[in-house]
Amino acid sequence: MSFFKKLKDRFVKGEEEQQESTSQNEPKNESLEEADSFNPYTGEAYKGGEVVYSKAEEEERLRKEALEAEGKSLDGETETYEDKLDRLSVPSEPTDEANIASKFKKGLEKTRTSFSTKINDLVAKYRTVDEDFFEELEEILISADVGVNTVMEMIDELEMEVKRRNIKDTSQVKEVISEKLVEIYYGNDEAEEVEGLNENPDGPTVYLFVGVNGVGKTTTIGKLAHRLKSEGKKVTLAAGDTFRAGAIEQLDAWGERAGVNVIKHSAGSDPAAVIYDGIQSAKSRNADVLICDTAGRLQNKVNLMNELSKVKRVIEREIPNAPHEVLLVLDATTGQNAMSQAKTFAEATDVSGIVLTKLDGTAKGGIVLAIRKELSIPVKLVGLGEKVTDLEPFDAHAFVYGLFADMVEEFDEDEEENQA
Amino acid sequence: MAFEGLSDRLQETIKKIKGKGKVDEQDVKEMTREVRLALLEADVNFKVVKDFVKRVRERAVGQEVMESLTPGQQVIKVVKEELTDLMGGDESKIAVAKRPPTVIMMVGLQGAGKTTTTGKLANVLRKNHNRKPLLAAADVYRPAAIQQLETIGKQLTMPVHSEGTEADPVDIAKNAIEKAKEDNHDYVIVDTAGRLHVDGELMGELQRIKEAVNPDEIFLVVDAMTGQDAVNVAQSFDDQLDITGVLLTKLDGDTRGGAALSIKAVTGKPIKYAGMGEKLDQLEPFHPERMASRILGMGDMLTLIEKAQTQVDEKQAKELESKMRTASFTFEDFLDQMEQVKNMGPLDEIINMIPGANKMKGLKNASFDDKQIVHVEAIIQSMTKKERQDPSLMNASRKKRIAKGSGTSVSEINRLLKQFEEMKKMMKQMSNTKGKKGKGMNFPFM
Repeated sequence: MSFFKKLKDRFVKGEEEQQESTSQNEPKNESLEEADSFNPYTGEAYKGGEVVYSKAEEEERLRKEALEAEGKSLDGETETYEDKLDRLSVPSEPTDEANIASKFKKGLEKTRTSFSTKINDLVAKYRTVDEDFFEELEEILISADVGVNTVMEMIDELEMEVKRRNIKDTSQVKEVISEKLVEIYYGNDEAEEVEGLNENPDGPTVYLFVGVNGVGKTTTIGKLAHRLKSEGKKVTLAAGDTFRAGAIEQLDAWGERAGVNVIKHSAGSDPAAVIYDGIQSAKSRNADVLICDTAGRLQNKVNLMNELSKVKRVIEREIPNAPHEVLLVLDATTGQNAMSQAKTFAEATDVSGIVLTKLDGTAKGGIVLAIRKELSIPVKLVGLGEKVTDLEPFDAHAFVYGLFADMVEEFDEDEEENQA
Repeated sequence: MAFEGLSDRLQETIKKIKGKGKVDEQDVKEMTREVRLALLEADVNFKVVKDFVKRVRERAVGQEVMESLTPGQQVIKVVKEELTDLMGGDESKIAVAKRPPTVIMMVGLQGAGKTTTTGKLANVLRKNHNRKPLLAAADVYRPAAIQQLETIGKQLTMPVHSEGTEADPVDIAKNAIEKAKEDNHDYVIVDTAGRLHVDGELMGELQRIKEAVNPDEIFLVVDAMTGQDAVNVAQSFDDQLDITGVLLTKLDGDTRGGAALSIKAVTGKPIKYAGMGEKLDQLEPFHPERMASRILGMGDMLTLIEKAQTQVDEKQAKELESKMRTASFTFEDFLDQMEQVKNMGPLDEIINMIPGANKMKGLKNASFDDKQIVHVEAIIQSMTKKERQDPSLMNASRKKRIAKGSGTSVSEINRLLKQFEEMKKMMKQMSNTKGKKGKGMNFPFM
């Protein structure tokens, strides 16, 4: 508590100073006219970035020291991190555009064929389509966090379909299963395409990242920046998470790693101001893409959600039709609460797509099926690991197969045992 | 909200059962099905739910629920009891090493909130336990993780031991303990990097840290919003590191937090603290009771059960009243009443719920002896079914048998029989005089 008191004490001074220096900061203050820049985390007004540096000498000294120390350690870190990544993982990806495209295409074909083989295996395990079969199917989908209601609905539909087509043999049910699962995701959208990120042909494209705490927003931005940069785009990042300790430094480190520009203010400043500066910088530098980071926030914190709406309004006003994507980052380990996250963030910021992170673990993230179905928000990207290249477009077919991986593997084991 | 609380869910089923005298096995099955759905919606792992529902069903099919006249409430009560049982008691104690410093290791998946919780825990130790913790920054992988802990240290004005990102986390932890000894810190909290439980290499690193510093506590930090995967994560961390406790984070969100139950069920390790906000003083002792209520989707379960019981009493009282009117009141009914009475608490209050009872002269200001109920109960339970329905069957040898069976005396049985007859007579009178002032009612246990 003492810290927040200190912050308040410091801040009350800061605010007066800010008013004094208003004339110098005119363009920025103009951008924020609608906002009484209060920090919803603390209930206090923002420190106001620059003012802190210029007035409080003591602090500036400290900060400079800190930045120097940081700079050093960041350099070191970049190296060690890459070293560790090399140690941890698979060979890195070729970076030129054509290669990436072909890699994805190949990857998709592969997953599609393997999905149908695996379904074949699955249905072979059960000779007849009976209650046991559906029960196991139900449990597998529930354990993948698909959600009770969606699962029940799906099982009901499946049972109906099986009756309607008079299917008794599991070998015939496979088509119905894959149809239904992908259908849940795509609904009436018959194209069933992989949905990519929107772009702004008239430059700069703006992506706004939102989500609850700890889902991987900053890391995903780092990966996306890397990918866009390697596609030859000019990328700028805006460090809009001014609240969490170390968040600005974290984005900065990613920026350095990807070799892109990072716009930042000091910790505790108004995120809308940072984003505004990011937009101005992206415009003046003719950047192709501006990616805006924001602080993680739980969706039931009304003040924090309002802050996010404000950030979005600032973007809308500065660039017509922007942001071109509002990406909600969801942690695949999250359960049914992800639906509540999607609903509330969509209300506040009109979310256009989902990034599903941490899919390299044992969690399946099945709730995105229900989210797509109920809220029509598609998954656009998936995070598959810690490497900077572990970010890929979402493929519903591959994803649906992933939901069944356990059931299929179990089957493989059984089969092996039987053969042995 | 897509979620419905268990009580809402059960309402529908109960409606169907209402009017049926008693519930059968099929009804119980339907009710436990609702329990299952409610728990799954709250993200409790499906295997844990399976076991749990089985236990509830066993108890429900047993006498507790099926013989109750209010099965819905009984099911909720059973569920709540089992749930609280499973969640364990309040255990927010933190170990103290015989020789300081006490070493705490923080482990968990990425983004669970380890670094923030490290700061919060240090704050709790200092504020509530008057300790002097040292924080150790052993997350050398995530960019700026060390800066994050250092910033938190600054905010708390607490020292942080860090050695940059090129040092080995094992060495960082070891050196932190040496430093703590030098500077007289009595606690060291080691913040480790987030990692997947299936990442063999990084899990090995945690084991090496564990061997090197021999921690007194290993806390698994878990996001309260975690879904079905919580069991895999908790089980795996526990198997590999033998964790001593769990810290639940982000509980200030609107998640139902079924993960807490899953983790407790598979590891048996206590959940010690819960993160209730972004500020560094928002770490609170974990309350299993409240968590149980939250998972079931009920604000305050206890009050609800109390309310439910009030409803029970009214309903029962009405039935009792109608039996009184027709004078078909038997020892069976009497026993039923006693059973309810025992669950309900103070007799005076219950009597007050019998319509009109408080207007009766004899009952006003009457004092009740709860101990006598036990005797009366024993006597009735020692009767045969026929005897209970028709007390006129009673003869000397039957009375002797009942006295033996209930551990009472024949005179006590005589007294009960007499009082029961008087009561029936009085009931007749009451129903005849209808509305007029009763002459005073003598319950046998008065």
